[in-house]
Amino acid sequence: MTSLQVTVLSGRTLRQGVGKEAGKTSDRYRTAVSVCEMHPEDIAALLIKPGDYVRLTTAYGTVVLKSASSNQFPRRGVVYIPYGPYANQLFGPDTDSSGMPTFKGTIATVEPAGPEQFKKIEELFDAEAKI
Amino acid sequence: MQTYQDVVCTVCGCLCDDIEVDVDGNKVMKARNACAMGTSKFLSYTHDRIETPMVRKNGSTQPANLDEAVTKVAEMLVNAKYPAIYGLALSSCEAVKVAIELTEEVGGVMDNQSVVCHGPGVLGLHEIGVSTCSLGEIKHRADLIICWGCNPDEAHPRHFERYSYTAKGRWRNGKADRKLVVVDVRQTSTARKADKFVQIDQGKDYELVNALRTALRNEQIQQEKVAGVPVEDIEELAELLRNAEFGVILFGLGVTQTVGKGRNIDGLFSLTRDLNKYTKFQIMPARGHFNVNGVNEVSAWQTGFPYGIDFSHGYPWYNPGETTVTDIVRRGENDAMLVIASDPIAHFPKDLANRIRKSPLAAIDPVHSVTTLVADVVIPSAFAGIECEGIAYRMDGVALPLKKVVEPSQGVLSDEDILKKILGKVRELKGRSG
Repeated sequence: MTSLQVTVLSGRTLRQGVGKEAGKTSDRYRTAVSVCEMHPEDIAALLIKPGDYVRLTTAYGTVVLKSASSNQFPRRGVVYIPYGPYANQLFGPDTDSSGMPTFKGTIATVEPAGPEQFKKIEELFDAEAKI
Repeated sequence: MQTYQDVVCTVCGCLCDDIEVDVDGNKVMKARNACAMGTSKFLSYTHDRIETPMVRKNGSTQPANLDEAVTKVAEMLVNAKYPAIYGLALSSCEAVKVAIELTEEVGGVMDNQSVVCHGPGVLGLHEIGVSTCSLGEIKHRADLIICWGCNPDEAHPRHFERYSYTAKGRWRNGKADRKLVVVDVRQTSTARKADKFVQIDQGKDYELVNALRTALRNEQIQQEKVAGVPVEDIEELAELLRNAEFGVILFGLGVTQTVGKGRNIDGLFSLTRDLNKYTKFQIMPARGHFNVNGVNEVSAWQTGFPYGIDFSHGYPWYNPGETTVTDIVRRGENDAMLVIASDPIAHFPKDLANRIRKSPLAAIDPVHSVTTLVADVVIPSAFAGIECEGIAYRMDGVALPLKKVVEPSQGVLSDEDILKKILGKVRELKGRSG
């Protein structure tokens, strides 16, 4: 299957900001934070269309997101995911003795995925069982 | 219908204090002047509310009364050897004060959201010091605004109109009298408004800052590009900075959360210091949560330290990387956590979220979050700035009073009052009086 190596950044978007104020359990929030903004040529290289699902995998975890063609022109190989529980499936816990995990700059593999692999927020966390 | 004037918006660190809120029958009907995020908060604050305290019994959380929930949290903190108390960036300063007292009482560690936002800026401040100003000074005097790794258009939507690029100040008539430069990995919507956009390679901020410092000193940069930016552009930018009358750098999580972290901010503070040899230059973090600055301020004046404060020695101790909650959780050192007005399960990397869940977890929050979904004890609280008063600190350190425009639901208390109840119960369990 076609795949690419990319650098993942997470950050604020207005839709994420509005969505979190509308409620963390709202569809608005889930839709806002479960998207992976990519360079249009990276989407084409995966032989998919904007809006198709992609799986990102790092050394720390994996998550399925809806792809979107970024209008913010990141350089090729840089993808952007809004802050939230989806992005945080991909980042490591180390802080380089600073307190701050690396929320921007983690290397990932991205590949096409099916919509059935997408999880809702509550499915990312098992609410009932204590780990 | 009653209209409240000059209400402070409690979303981001801009703390816009010109919101007009219409209230009818104890319900907010309209919020004029607010941005999309502020409007969403004022009109959605009733959504997703936690209806009642909850306590986990036999694997699932069950409704409980407030006293039972408070007792459970107090027992959790007293029984723990090293509890963590985390959050408060969406609480009032008054709540922060009580949380510090509580953390000291239980010998735990207290941290706030700056550990995952502008904490590295604090590290830079320790190393270099900072030349800064108020947002009012930017509005009235700045003729050059640099947004470095921040995107006010989406994160602080009214920053430009109220305080900076397009604001009409006493000596600067909006953007006609100012220049905007954006340094970012992406051509954000803020970048599209800029007079100059510098697109930088991801993770290369430290290199670009130091190339700029080199160019400022008129020393030769012996490369064609630094951080993906042609040297001619760097030299042109250095000239622009040097020739400003009053310049300001606004920096965001684009530099604090990426490779280099505190070192990137060392560099930016050093650049600002260098620029003051030629002209007037200031720097300011674009703070996110509305009172994250207040948590730092209150913590600093009460304990000497702005975040990551460890009371387990019997006195405040601070060593980022050691006493920061992310590192404590990563090393598995804490054996309980109380979260106030925050959602670390959603906003910490997955491994940390899983580790937090290995020990007892309690959450105080007005609304459901991923953290309240998995917590063992949940206590609903009132929204600061909508349902209760308090003080908050704007991103430039100006303290503003939050207004109460509606009554909270019956029995729902402020973070401050809930924390006082927990502190009282902790002292009762320890056989101590306040």
